Amino acid sequence: MKACFHCNDKCISNLICINEKVFCCEGCKMVYQLLEENQLNDYYQISENAGVTPSHYFKGKYTYLDNDEILHKLLSFNDSDIAVVQFDVPAIHCSSCIWLLERLSLLQKGIISSQVNFIKKTLSITYNSSQVRLSEVVVKIAAIGYEPIINLDMLKGKKEQINKTDTNRLGVAGFCFGNIMLLSLADYLGMDKNEFSMFYTVFNYLNFLLALPVFFYSAWPYFNSAYLGIKQHWLNIDVPISLGIFVLFIRSSYEIFSGIGTGYFDSLSGLVFFLLIGKYFQNKTYQHLSFERDYKSYFPMAVTVLSGKNEKQVTIDNLAKGHKILIRNGELIPADCILVKGKAIIDSSFVTGEVRSLKKNIGDTIYAGGKQIGGGIELEVLNDVSQSYLTQLWNNPAFQKNNDQSIRRVTDKISKYFTVIILCIAVFSGIYWMQFDTGKAIQVVSAILIVACPCALALSAPFALGNTLRILGDNKFYLKNTDVIEQISKITNIVFDKTGTLTISGKSAVSFIGKELNSAERSAVKSLCRDSNHPLSRIIYNAIDAELITLKNYKEVIGKGIVADSIRMGSSTFIQVKKIERIAQVHLEFEGIYMGYFKIESQKRKHLESTLSELKNMKLHLISGDNDAERTDMKAYFPAKDIHFEMQPSDKLNYIKILQSNGENIMMIGDGLNDAGALRKSDVGISISEDVNSFSPACDAILDASTFSKLPIFIKFTSMAMKVVYASFVISFMYNIGGMYFAIKGEMTPIFAAILMPISSITVVVFTNLTTNYIFKRLSR
Amino acid sequence: MAVLFLLIFLSLILATGFLFAFIWSVKSGQLDDDYTPSVRMLFENNINNTKNIKK
Repeated sequence: MKACFHCNDKCISNLICINEKVFCCEGCKMVYQLLEENQLNDYYQISENAGVTPSHYFKGKYTYLDNDEILHKLLSFNDSDIAVVQFDVPAIHCSSCIWLLERLSLLQKGIISSQVNFIKKTLSITYNSSQVRLSEVVVKIAAIGYEPIINLDMLKGKKEQINKTDTNRLGVAGFCFGNIMLLSLADYLGMDKNEFSMFYTVFNYLNFLLALPVFFYSAWPYFNSAYLGIKQHWLNIDVPISLGIFVLFIRSSYEIFSGIGTGYFDSLSGLVFFLLIGKYFQNKTYQHLSFERDYKSYFPMAVTVLSGKNEKQVTIDNLAKGHKILIRNGELIPADCILVKGKAIIDSSFVTGEVRSLKKNIGDTIYAGGKQIGGGIELEVLNDVSQSYLTQLWNNPAFQKNNDQSIRRVTDKISKYFTVIILCIAVFSGIYWMQFDTGKAIQVVSAILIVACPCALALSAPFALGNTLRILGDNKFYLKNTDVIEQISKITNIVFDKTGTLTISGKSAVSFIGKELNSAERSAVKSLCRDSNHPLSRIIYNAIDAELITLKNYKEVIGKGIVADSIRMGSSTFIQVKKIERIAQVHLEFEGIYMGYFKIESQKRKHLESTLSELKNMKLHLISGDNDAERTDMKAYFPAKDIHFEMQPSDKLNYIKILQSNGENIMMIGDGLNDAGALRKSDVGISISEDVNSFSPACDAILDASTFSKLPIFIKFTSMAMKVVYASFVISFMYNIGGMYFAIKGEMTPIFAAILMPISSITVVVFTNLTTNYIFKRLSR
Repeated sequence: MAVLFLLIFLSLILATGFLFAFIWSVKSGQLDDDYTPSVRMLFENNINNTKNIKK
């Protein structure tokens, strides 16, 4: 079998050749010819596996993009003739993609320039709107295999800009820290205050000036967060930090202006700098993944509306009751509808969990979210998109409230006691020194607050969890943020969806039940299925490995079965045998003799059994929207009372709610829109996906399906990572206690503070990184 | 020794210049994408060259 020159897939059917090069399909050949004509052949030289098979599109699919209202919302810049637009292009995967997509100006007149962001998988195009329309630009990109994602969600308006202030804050703190250290060097080396009094004063005042931007600009988020915490009667970690920074600044300024010392500005700026680095490390997220998607990211932007004999592309927002719409093969049904014309076979596995595609008759209601398989159908819209049976799920209160406020991180829990203890120690030692010397008392109290500033403590969680996040990401388990790690470590119950989660969506296991077929018979069956477009025929065709032969007198009775020569295949009514309940089946007859039937089931994930048995220490549940044909099968993995079939999306959400009301911590693992409510409601919602760049509902983490079997390791790893956090808390406490000892005795000097602070931070950073890496290596062995 | 004042003054001016260069680079989006430029620079001919070949 030869590999396609363009996409490198195996060429299964009739070979298509030009220029002695082999292609698997017409689409791939067209891309090659287009690139060849435009002398862009280097595309194939730059990296292997470059080509992407273009998806099928029909003429006029993108004409709605030329609508002024839509253009206004899509374009990020539009001035007279020049327009800029940005698309997500998930097909971007190698350097060839960058090479080609940045040469679009050679392929399409009117495109001025194009730029790829490989990490985010976005393509930004600048074009001359008087020479080329946006629809033409998109058709061109789609034609070379890089169809951009255009969905309803994009109509919300321009994407929010990423906050760059934090990077600036870090830069400013780093700049000031470095310069203050440089100016303090003379003091570190024991400069004689009297001999060089001129330098001494200048250095001190320069330090003060350099500390101002650190205090008022870089440290601002900590003050703000501390203030918000106190307002909510909660002493978070930022309270002692702010207190430390504040005391450092006041005391240093006082020392400098009264001429008694050099102050602690080096410690102050260093502290803020390290804290901001920790924050930066913790916030490093996966830019190409989205954890916040709802149905709007799954629905198309426009649909074909029929008025009389005219076809018109109408945006889904403007779709109203009574509209007649045309849905083509593979298109999504955007609203609840009634079938008016055509043969509807609806695959709604993603929306309901139901594996089998359902045949609908004229007059039947079809709910939003299903995909049409087969020819075009005409439908009449019953409800607005936002009122449909599926999208109403998003009106549930679970989607309204913001969960983030309720999360109490372990760091914040500890800091509550920490702050109280520090304040007590400061007050008592203040009272003690008061008896001897008031000046000394103030000095000691401020020294305690400075040295107790929990820099290392504040860095423990960001670095330990940030590194955990990175390790998990390297293993294709992508978490939304570091808070999720803490949530996972507390999990007691795991709730699974079936379709697409325990089974592989789009893959079927075919078994023949009846007499064993010989190779000639298998050839005949495969050849018979070749010409049929029925989904079950395609599945059987792909499942059988045999030579193709030519059959005569082929006839397809649509929706019933296929016949050629002496073979008959089809439904139970077509072959006239008894129907086997609740499974997808295709019966087979040779020369009037009944041979048996093909049983088509969804294919289970690899290592399913071993993975689930490794999770035995948790309570496992199964909730599925499918019928209960596989109940007995699933009893092997789940307790019988915790297996639930035929669950509606809202039932799933309520199931999680009931478990939570019993005080359980729930991890929900699902994949489809029907799990969206449960994923949102659960403590940790994990969305499993064959391709992490494709649509997945809003969740806390995205698990690449290929690493499903590592899930038990990941869960163990998160609880170990939390232990690392506790251990590094202990280490930073030791430093705090050590420093405190000198502070209470009144012996702390600026250089002592300037050394202690970075050493404690570096110890924590090194410790957390080494241990988390080591633990993961041990676990995955 | 007084020359030290001048040197400190100059070094601070220079460093401030770098700080503003950094802020400018953040603002103009140079740090948004830290991967694609590293691939792009390895491509042999830029777009203008390719255009010339075509002619």
